[in-house]
This record gives sequence, C-alpha cells and structure tokens, in this order.
Amino acid sequence: MAFIDYYKILGLDKSASEKDIKAAYRKLARKYHPDLNPNDPEANKKFQQINEANEVLSDAEKRKKYDKYGENWQHGEEHEQYARQQQQNRQQYGGGQYSGFGGGFGQGFENYEDFGGGGDFSDFFQQMFGGGGRSHAQAKYRGQDFTAELHLSFREAAETHKQTLTVNGKQIRITIPAGVENGQTIKIAGHGGPGSNGGPAGDLYISFAIANDPQFKRSGADLYVNKQIDLYIAVLGGEITVDTLTGKVKLKVAAGTQNGTKVKLKGKGYPVYKKEGQFGDLYLTYEVQIPTNLTDKQKELFTELAESEKTKA
Amino acid sequence: MATTLISTTDFCTWHEVEHTFVRSLGDAGLIEITIVDKGEFIPETQLQRLEKMVRLHHELDINLPGIEAITHLLDRVETMHQEMRTLKNRLRLYEEDYPK
Repeated sequence: MAFIDYYKILGLDKSASEKDIKAAYRKLARKYHPDLNPNDPEANKKFQQINEANEVLSDAEKRKKYDKYGENWQHGEEHEQYARQQQQNRQQYGGGQYSGFGGGFGQGFENYEDFGGGGDFSDFFQQMFGGGGRSHAQAKYRGQDFTAELHLSFREAAETHKQTLTVNGKQIRITIPAGVENGQTIKIAGHGGPGSNGGPAGDLYISFAIANDPQFKRSGADLYVNKQIDLYIAVLGGEITVDTLTGKVKLKVAAGTQNGTKVKLKGKGYPVYKKEGQFGDLYLTYEVQIPTNLTDKQKELFTELAESEKTKA
Repeated sequence: MATTLISTTDFCTWHEVEHTFVRSLGDAGLIEITIVDKGEFIPETQLQRLEKMVRLHHELDINLPGIEAITHLLDRVETMHQEMRTLKNRLRLYEEDYPK
C-alpha cells in the first residue's frame, strides 16, 4: 500500500492554512464533481481522492497525525502500540502515577476507529485512520459511480429482455428495452459504490456495445439492406422474397426497375427504443445482377434484342 | 400512464433543504412543480434532476444562477453525446464498407 500525498492532491504545501485547504478543495471539487462529469470514471476517481485529502487535512487531529508520520505512517501503528504498552506497564507497576496519559494519544487512536462507516476511502486512509468518516457532523458524500460494458448481438438488442449482471458481488437483474443503440448508456440508480457518512450510493452506468449485423445496416430504428435481383426480374417484373428481422416477406418488383432503386418497407425496421410496438422502416436498394457466362444461344438472343432496340430508335 | 408525485415538504425534510430553494428552482424553470390542493409536488421523473441540483448546492456551494447555468450546459452536453453516438454509429456503417 503506497503513501498518499494529500497535500499534493490538493496542490498545497504543508504550511497551507485551513482557509487554503478549503479553497483548494472547493476549486477541485467543482472541477471533478461526478454530477458535472457524468460517465467519466477518471473524474470520479479524482473526486474521491480530493474528498479523502480534504477529509484528512481539514480535520485538525487527522492532519496532525498525518503530518507527524508522513511517509513513515506504516511504523506509526507500531509506535502507538509501543506507547500504549509502556503506559499500561506504568499503570500496572507504577501505582497509577502516569494515569493522566490515559486520555492522550492512545485513546485518541481508538477514537479514530469509531469513525467507522467505511465508505470509499483508500486502503491507506482506512489503515491510518481506521474508517471512512469523521466522528462529528460531516458532509454526506455520494458513493462512486460504476461503469460496465454489456455486449449484445444485433438480434439480441432487437428484443426486450432481462439480463442478470454481477456487479461487485451483487446480482442485479435489469431489463434491456428493445432498440437500445450501440454506445448508449443507461443508468441504474443506487447500484454504484456505497456513500460515505450516510450519503447515497453511487449509480451504475451500463453502456451497450452492439455488434453490427452482416445483413442489415442500422441507422436509428431504420434498417438498410442491398437486395440483389436478376436482370430478367428487373426488366420484366416479378416477385422476390426479402429477409426482414421478423421473417421473410414477398415483394412485387415492377417491370423496368432500375439498378439502385430504393424501396421502403414500412414498419419492418428495428424496434424504436422504449416505444413498444413501434418499428422503424426497412429500406431495400436493388442491385441488378448482369448475367455472365452466357451461352451462345443467350448471346444470340441478347444481340437480337440489341438490334431490335436499334430499329426501335 | 400515471405519474407519481412527491411532496416538496417530504423532499425538503429528507434532503434537509429549505423549501424556498426548491421553489426557486421551480420559478427558474429548472424543475416542474405541480400544485394539487394547495400542496406542492414534484413528479417522480424530476427527482433525480432535483437531487443533482441539491448536491451541487450543498456540496459545491453553487448558487441558483450557477445551478441554472450548469444544468443548461449539462443538458447540452447530453444532447451532444447523443448526436455523437448517432454519428459514430453511422460512421461505423461506412467503415465497414470502406475499411481503414
């Protein structure tokens, strides 16, 4: 566990006054507050460090202890135990002559353990001060926001479904509405880290990563697909079968359909997010396939066709 | 669909904020306050937004004009995030056709 330089975090030196600490904390808190930096885990982390630094440096007793041991904080505990042991020995064998020391540092140290609360302070803080908050009235802090990424297939995201996630050992069952978009984030309030000093828990942000589909291209709730049709259907007209998200549909193609013609199939697109029963449209773009590897007979027929076109002109 | 209403008095007691503060947020158009039988209520859908404003006020000492400015900017940031997401998704379609 590494030593944390709280002065450095707040951009102060050791001689900083209470006023300086308060001003530095306010300035940094306004910059990194989670409400001002939604979905930014880095800012969240920074805000917690600032909180912790303020928790120590704005409390005279904690600051005194922190300043006393500084980087040697790990030996501080041994020193305290030794001092307590010495004191007990004196009380036991010295007739209580030194009992006045009972209210001194040893007891003060125990008081730190009463701070309790845990919260989301660093291990360094917990080890040194034994808890997450102060014993007197103290501002409540929201817990840390958690972020998670959930990968869904294109088809999975097209249906409302329930999914169970394990976040920090807790199982959370969430409903993912159909039509969720790639990169979209949903907030699950109160499922982040626990708050400090009775503050509310943070939130859980889940962002969705939705894989592209090899067949359909999606833009919002509309889907796009290129449909190949043969030359003869394009020229003479006919019927084709088209794949949609919900199955196959039959479609009539008008005679004389040009390459690149677009057709809209209303309501055959992707579900509209949080609007049950509403769907986008499916846009087909016809790609007319020119026949290759013609037989001699076919070539003859095409030549005949070309000639007839010339005479027509 | 029925909207659950939360009494502003309950909200203020729970969050230890002055009633005038919540009312001034309503006056500034930052939250919607519904009046039923002379009682003031906040729709549940506005709760998260209001709690955020209370945190800004309490934890960061931000006054009402500050909260107003921050809320508008955060709303704009959110709109821009949504636009960016839509554009990124559109770009993804082209990147598939024309890989880097």
